[in-house]
Amino acid sequence: MKLRRSMMFIPGSNAGMLSNSYIYKPDSVMFDLEDAVSLTEKDTARHLVFNTLQTNLYDGIETVVRINGVDTPFWEDDLDMAVRGGVQIVRLPKTESVDDVKEIEQRIEKIEKDCGRKAGDTKIMAAIESACGVVNSVAIARSTPRMVAIALAGFDYLVDMQTSRSAGSEPELFYARAAVLHAARAAKIDAFDVAYGDVNDDAGFLREVEIAKNLGYNGKSLIHPRQIDLLHKAYAPAQKDIDHARQVLQAAKEAQEKGLGVVSLNGKMIDPPVIHEAQRVILLAENA
Amino acid sequence: MSYDKKRAQDYAAQHNLPEFEGVYAKSPQLANTNQKYHRKLIPSLEEAIKASGLKDGDTVSFHHAFREGDKVVMQVMKTIAEMGFKNLTIAPSSLLNCHDGLLEYIRSGVITKIFTSGLRGELGEAISNGVMDTPVQIHSHGGRVHLLQTGELSIDVAFLGVASADEFGNANGSHGALSCGSLGYAKVDAQFARYVVVLTQELIDYPNYPTSLSQDQVDAVVTVDEVGDPSLISVGAARLTKNPRDLMLARIAASVIENSGFFKSNFSLQTGSGGAATATTIFLGEKMVEKNIKASFALGGITGPIVDLLNKGMIEAIADVQSFDTVAAHSLRDNTAHTEISANEYANATSKGAFVDRVDVVLLSALEVDTDFNVNVLTGSDGIMRGASGGHCDVAAAANLTVIVTPLLRARMPCIVDSVNTVVTPGQTIDVVVTDHGIAVNPNNPDLEKRLRDAKLPVTTIEELRDLAIARAGKPDPIAYTDKVVAVVRYRDGSVMDVVRQVTP
Amino acid sequence: MKVIQKGMAGTLESSDVLVVVSPNDADDIKLSLQSKVEKQYGNAIRKAISETLAKCGVTGAKVDVRDQGALDCVIRARVEAAVYRAADEKNVKFGGQS
Repeated sequence: MKLRRSMMFIPGSNAGMLSNSYIYKPDSVMFDLEDAVSLTEKDTARHLVFNTLQTNLYDGIETVVRINGVDTPFWEDDLDMAVRGGVQIVRLPKTESVDDVKEIEQRIEKIEKDCGRKAGDTKIMAAIESACGVVNSVAIARSTPRMVAIALAGFDYLVDMQTSRSAGSEPELFYARAAVLHAARAAKIDAFDVAYGDVNDDAGFLREVEIAKNLGYNGKSLIHPRQIDLLHKAYAPAQKDIDHARQVLQAAKEAQEKGLGVVSLNGKMIDPPVIHEAQRVILLAENA
Repeated sequence: MSYDKKRAQDYAAQHNLPEFEGVYAKSPQLANTNQKYHRKLIPSLEEAIKASGLKDGDTVSFHHAFREGDKVVMQVMKTIAEMGFKNLTIAPSSLLNCHDGLLEYIRSGVITKIFTSGLRGELGEAISNGVMDTPVQIHSHGGRVHLLQTGELSIDVAFLGVASADEFGNANGSHGALSCGSLGYAKVDAQFARYVVVLTQELIDYPNYPTSLSQDQVDAVVTVDEVGDPSLISVGAARLTKNPRDLMLARIAASVIENSGFFKSNFSLQTGSGGAATATTIFLGEKMVEKNIKASFALGGITGPIVDLLNKGMIEAIADVQSFDTVAAHSLRDNTAHTEISANEYANATSKGAFVDRVDVVLLSALEVDTDFNVNVLTGSDGIMRGASGGHCDVAAAANLTVIVTPLLRARMPCIVDSVNTVVTPGQTIDVVVTDHGIAVNPNNPDLEKRLRDAKLPVTTIEELRDLAIARAGKPDPIAYTDKVVAVVRYRDGSVMDVVRQVTP
Repeated sequence: MKVIQKGMAGTLESSDVLVVVSPNDADDIKLSLQSKVEKQYGNAIRKAISETLAKCGVTGAKVDVRDQGALDCVIRARVEAAVYRAADEKNVKFGGQS
């Protein structure tokens, strides 16, 4: 089980941020080659990200490279760098359909073969940023065994929906949040909620975190390191949940030691999903 | 019976006592109305310097309450140089980047010796490269008072910029348009200097109050266009820093203090200035409010966030030797719980009573820390002087918990090293070093280490931090020095802690 | 790769390095380095630059470097990027420059 609460964006063109952002210990780090990098620096950003991937700076942190969309002249070079560089996950922006995923999947397969990387080693994360992407999200999530997560990206989606961000309960994201999350869960993969743009508004950020967390999202895309701590704290389980999880795991351990097929706690039977949830709670608690 | 003058004269003569020679014999200023009221008001700086009796080889002093906004040092030294004086010792309480222009007077022989807490900029670089024949004496804020007490530092003329003064010399730094707040360093000079010149932009009707510098210490008052620019004092804005690394360091530092065993009612603290320190003050303040833990006093250089805690009732009193921003300066002016203290009251090892003696927790920065926990706050990793001793070693020596906050690397330069370029504060007085790559506790404080480990803080060892820095940046080549000593680092008791040598060109 | 034009990569921000690679009539490397960590890391920086140039097969070039305390990986990345630009080579071989 891997925690994917925080996925921090780092512009692939920013040498200083690439050199020291590991200190904030996000669960995942996303080196961006897309929106954060100007058209004239796509090439230099690839060199920076590639060389950063060759260091041990980000050991213990899941690495992600966001490539440029399949409708740009950059994505193939981006993929070449990312796969050869050894990145764990490629994030595809503006995913509209299964075809988009298939296109990069085939390309990844070829590069893996060329550079001697194990077939299937490079995972994919699809970012959903349009109405079309949202309605196709179930198929996208199930499109390849490489798919480990899908992420909802709010900005382009809301433009596509002819609306904008509101404060408070955010009705404009209701459907997309629910749909993308269901697609992820149906495919048994992880889901990231949208990034929150106002880095100085901690209260607004935490309000969104509560929505995402209560819906069941694994975490959020983050655009500033200071949001990591806030997010991890918000995802920390309550003490009573930790205590309960410990009891569940203890009961499971005892049952296993006694060779019992059925686990029970206080006379109630415990299903495997409950044990799995208890493991997740303990993992969250240990990394809070 | 009439007054028998002869009997008094005889007695005086027999007993070697002074004979009465008239009411105004020893106070001639009273005989003349103009003299009586206005004698100290001198129309120009040049005339004040003449009146002071300054001569070649003398020592002149300044304070640094205006920090980068100071306009007194350069103004006075320009005048002194124009008047043709040579071979002077200058003793500013510290020097900043705005004093780079002094280099000209060093080269021309006007200045031949310096006592200061800090050296930076082009001046620091030139001195590190050997421009002076006599080494600079680097002292701490407390140590400066000690040197004055022993007489090693003897000020002939002090030039003290103030926010307001009356014509008799009653002066302060907090009331006036050019408010710098506390005159903690100037107070000592006013006490020790042979001749005291007060410079001000605002002349107030007599009597000016409160009196940080008092009429019985002041010889001359000169009005000038500007003594300083208060907007350039601020070194740590009251608002929370946006720098994520400083925020992270501050969060860890606040947790270290919270779990140190000293975070309890009536504790006292000094947090200083700079992004991480200011943020730590804010985070610690949140914990104080949350747990209703009130501090008895806050000490040192004072910033807005400390004032904020005073206003919230979370700190009972502030002892302010230097106001780091206008919020602090205005609080000193308006709030009686915010008091001005002299450098002697603040930090002198041989003071009859210094506030540092009673402070629990202090947060300090560092340029380098070595594996013996020795701290360098003076020379950069390239061996060039670009910092200040300040109150660092004073408060570290006395506080119950000394916390150093530093990133592991500044760009490529490791801040945790085998051996610091210059020892300013001995490692024995440091309890814990907080970095963005983990916390190291001085082995001489195992109880603290246990408490921090129990609190699940990321405790490691100083050696591991050093190794990690090298793993990230590579092992730095050592700096090459010549044998020439360019500065002497004096500990707070006047002893020699270290020497700074000339960097090989 | 053959340097045929001026190629530049990097910035003057802290922790970055600005690298300018330009043609050199002679078949040698003319390196000029300015670094704020020259005293401690000048040798390490020169080594990283020459290794990267060798890996890219560059034997003749003028290389001007202004370093702001960049880590080794950044120096290598900037030199690579500047060389590719100077050679006007679009087909980058990541992990196997030759």
